[in-house]
Amino acid sequence: MRYLPQTANARKEMLKAVGVSSIDELFQDIPKTAFVDGLVDLPKHQGEIEVDRDLSAMAAKNMNADDVPFFLGAGVYNHHIPASVDYIIQRSEFLTAYTPYQPEIAQGTLQVIFEYQTFISKLTGQDIANASLYDGSTAVSEAALMAMRITRRNKVAIGTVLNPEYRKVLNSYMSNYEEREVFEGDPDGDTACVIVQSPDFFGSPHKYDKWRKKCDEVGALLVVVVTEIVSLGLLPAPLEADIVCGESQSIGIPMSYGGPHLGFFACKQKYLRQVPGRLCGMTKDADGRRSFVLTLSTREQHIRREKATSNICTNQGLCALAFTVHMALLGEDGFKRLALLNHQAACRLAEAVSCIDGVKILNDRFFNEFVIELPKPSSIVVEDLATCGIIGGYALDDNQLLIAATEMTTDDHIEEFVNTLSEIL
Amino acid sequence: MNQDRGLHYEENLLWEKEYSESSGVDLAEPEDIPLRIGVAPREEVGLPQLSEPQVVRHFVRMSTWNYSIDHGFFPLGSCTMKHNPRLNEKLARLSGFAQIHPMQPQSTVQGALELMHELQNWLAELTGLWGVCLAPSAGAHGELAGMMTIRRAHEIQGNSKRKIVLTPDSSHGTNPATAVMCGFEVRSISTQETGRLSVEAFKDALYKTDENGADIAGMMVTNPNTCGLFERNIIEISDLLHKAGGYFYCDGANFNALVGKVRPADFGVDVMHINLHKTFSTPHGGGGPGSGPICCTKDLAQYMPVPRVIKNSKGEYILETKEDRSDTLGTLKAFQGQFGMFVRALSYMKSHGSDGLRQVSEDAVLNANYILSQLKDDYHVPYEGSCMHECLLTDKKQKQYDVTTLDIAKALVEYGYHPMTIYFPLILAGTMLIEPTETESKDTLERFISTMKKIAQDVKDGKNKEFHDLPKSTPRKRLDEVRAARNPVLNYNIAS
Repeated sequence: MRYLPQTANARKEMLKAVGVSSIDELFQDIPKTAFVDGLVDLPKHQGEIEVDRDLSAMAAKNMNADDVPFFLGAGVYNHHIPASVDYIIQRSEFLTAYTPYQPEIAQGTLQVIFEYQTFISKLTGQDIANASLYDGSTAVSEAALMAMRITRRNKVAIGTVLNPEYRKVLNSYMSNYEEREVFEGDPDGDTACVIVQSPDFFGSPHKYDKWRKKCDEVGALLVVVVTEIVSLGLLPAPLEADIVCGESQSIGIPMSYGGPHLGFFACKQKYLRQVPGRLCGMTKDADGRRSFVLTLSTREQHIRREKATSNICTNQGLCALAFTVHMALLGEDGFKRLALLNHQAACRLAEAVSCIDGVKILNDRFFNEFVIELPKPSSIVVEDLATCGIIGGYALDDNQLLIAATEMTTDDHIEEFVNTLSEIL
Repeated sequence: MNQDRGLHYEENLLWEKEYSESSGVDLAEPEDIPLRIGVAPREEVGLPQLSEPQVVRHFVRMSTWNYSIDHGFFPLGSCTMKHNPRLNEKLARLSGFAQIHPMQPQSTVQGALELMHELQNWLAELTGLWGVCLAPSAGAHGELAGMMTIRRAHEIQGNSKRKIVLTPDSSHGTNPATAVMCGFEVRSISTQETGRLSVEAFKDALYKTDENGADIAGMMVTNPNTCGLFERNIIEISDLLHKAGGYFYCDGANFNALVGKVRPADFGVDVMHINLHKTFSTPHGGGGPGSGPICCTKDLAQYMPVPRVIKNSKGEYILETKEDRSDTLGTLKAFQGQFGMFVRALSYMKSHGSDGLRQVSEDAVLNANYILSQLKDDYHVPYEGSCMHECLLTDKKQKQYDVTTLDIAKALVEYGYHPMTIYFPLILAGTMLIEPTETESKDTLERFISTMKKIAQDVKDGKNKEFHDLPKSTPRKRLDEVRAARNPVLNYNIAS
C-alpha cells in the first residue's frame, strides 16, 4: 500500500522489541466483542489510477461554473482566482503544517495570519480581527453569542433580510438555552444585538447610521454581516458597527459545493477578550527580533474548559492564506476595481433582463445581485434554465428570482441568459 | 543592514513594501456608467499594492519559516499528523467539484451528492453507526453537533431535566466547553490514578445527585483516551450509562487507533465525531480547514442535524431538509459541510480500502508502542502496559536536573523535529504525548528515538543550562509570549 512505509520485516523486528508475539496483543485492552471479524464490509484498496477514475467520473456528472453561464450567488460567489494563489497554498510548508503552536518553526503561518487579520480590519474598518472562523453562518452565530455575553441579554434582533442559511444556523445555536430568542424587527431593552446584513440577502446595500441609533437607544450592539466581501471595495466600511462578520469565500476560495469557506470576524478593541477563535499577535524573540505568536489563549478551551468563551479550537488556516495571497495580488487599486467590475456586470445584467417582457427588477439599489419578478414560479424557471445548461439563480418564494453577476460574467453569458429566459417564460 | 543568511531570509510585512504602480492582477478596464449602489462609494481601503513576482516571493519566503509533515517527523499527540496524499488535492480541484455552488439544482450536482452518499456509507461501516451527518466543520463543531443531538433527543423524549454531562478530567478541553455551549452542566471524573476510567469512579459520578442517574444527559469520552490508553471498562461503563438513560458521546480524535479494526458502536458509543483531517488524511493547512462529520445510532439519527444525502426510489440523490425529518435539531452550518474535505477523505479511503485501513491502525499502534518500548528507561512512563496509537511520557526524571518538558520540546525543534504534544493531558505534570502515525518508517522512528535518548543523556550529563537557550538554529529563538498577551498587537494598524 503506497501510503504505508513499514515493511513486513520491520514490523516483525518491532513486535519483538516491544515484547509481544502478535499485533493483536497490543489491542488486548479492547473487549473481544468490539473487534471486527476479519475486514469491514467495504471495497479493498485501489491504485491511484482507479481512484482517480472513480472520483473523476463523479465530478464529471456535475454542471460546473467553468462550463456554463452562471448567475447564482446568495452568499457564495463565482469569482476568478489568480493561478498563483493555488500554487502558494499547495506548498508543503503551508499545506501540511499544523496549527502554529511552536512559533519558532511556524513564523510563516503566523505572519500570514497577522497579515490576514490586518486585511480584515482594513476592509471592515474595525480595530481588530481574529484568525478566521469556519464560515459566515457560524461567524454570525458566534457574534450573537458574544453580544449576549457582553450585554448579559438573551434576545437577538434581525434588522435586514439575513441569508436564510445563516438564519437557520443562528436558530440552532440559540436553541440550546430556552431563554434565548431571535426575532425580526427593532431592538428593545432585552436585546443583545441587532444583526444587519448589507448588502442584504436580496442584494440591497444599507446605511448603518439608522441602525446605530436604534442600538444606542436601548444599549444593544450592532452586528453587521457581509456575505459578499468584494462589496467592501465599493460600499462604505461599516464603521458604525461593534462587530462585523461574515463570509470571505469570494477572495481566493472556490465555491466547492459550500465549503471549505472562510468566516471572518472583526470588532472594536474593547471587546477583545470576548472574541471567539484564535488571535495572532506581534512580539519579540530572545534576540529582540520581531516575531508572531498565537496569543490570549487564556480565553480558549484547552485552558478554560467549561469556562471558555467558545468551543472553537481551529480556524480556516489554508483558506485564510488563500484570501491573504489573493488580497496581496489585488492590492488597493485591484480590489476596488474588482468591486466596481462586479457592480458593472450586475448593472449590465439588470439592463438586459429588464428588457424581457414580463420581467421586473425589484431592487432600487444593488451591488452585484438583485431580485427579479417573473411571470411564473421561479423554482420551475431555475429547473428549466438548468435543463438548457444555465445555472440561473436562487429561487425565492413565488415568482421571485435572486440573480448575481461577477467579473466572470461575460456579455455572451448575459445574452444567452436573456434569450433562454425569454423562451422559457 | 541585510539580515539574510544562506537560505534564511527576513521578510517584512506587505504594508512595509514599496507601493507598486499597478495591481498584481490585471483586470478589465471599468466602463463609465452610473453607480446603482444607493450609497456614497468608498474611497480608500488602505491596502498595499504589489506586482505578482513580489507577492509570490513574499509568500514563498515566509513558507520557508514553517515546519511541516512533508519536512519530517511530526509526533504531535492527539493530532494525527499523517502524510497528506497529493491525489486527494488533485481530485478536490477538479472543476466538477471545486466549481459547483451549494444551491445549484440537485439535478445538476448528482455526482457531488453521490460522493457524499458514498462517504456516509464508508463512515457508517467503519464506526458501526448508522446515521451520518457530514455537515460539521471541524472536530469541535462535530462535538457541538453530537451533543446537540443528545440534547434534542432528551427534549423530544420529555427528558429535558437531564442536564449533567460526565467527562473525564483528561478529556480534550473542547469537551466541557462544548457541553456548556449546549446548556449542560459538566461533572468531571478523576482518572489520575491509572489514566483510565474506573467503574467505581464512574458510578460515583453517575449517581452523585440522583440514585438512578436520572439527571444525567450523557457522557463525553475519548477512546482511546488522551493518555493513549483504551478504556478497558468501557462496555461496563456504557451499560451503566445506558441503564441510567444517558447517551455516550465519543470524541473521535483518536479513531486512528481503531479504524478498520474496531467499531465504536460495538463498545457502546451512541454518537461520535470523526476528524477527516486526522484519521482520513486531509491536510491540516496550518490550522484548518478541518471537517468533523458525526455518526450516530439509528435511535439518535432522527435528531441529528440536517442535511444528510439520501437516495430516493428513483435512484436520485437528494439532500433532506427539516421538512423531511421534523425531529432534527436543525442546521449547524450553511449548506452541506466542508465538501472539499469530503472529496479528499473519500479519495484516501478508497486508496486504502478495508484492508489498508486495518493496516493503518495496526501500524499506528505498533509505531507508538515501539517508541514507548525504546524510551521507557530514559523517560518516566506514568501508566504501565502497552499503549494504543500514542504514548505518554513525563519530564519527571529530567525535572530534577532543571530541564522541563518545554525544554525537551524546544531541543527537539533544534534537532529538526516538530515536538510532541506537551502539557496535555492536564492530569499529570509535564506530560509529553507522542503520536507517530502509520506513515512513518522504522528508520524514522529510530532516528527520533536516538535524538530523545541523546536529550535524556545530555540532561544527565548536566548540560541543563544549554537547554534553556534552545532552539537557536531556527528563524526565531524562544518568543516573549507574555509581551504578546500583555500588550496585544493584532494587526499592522496597531503596530504602526
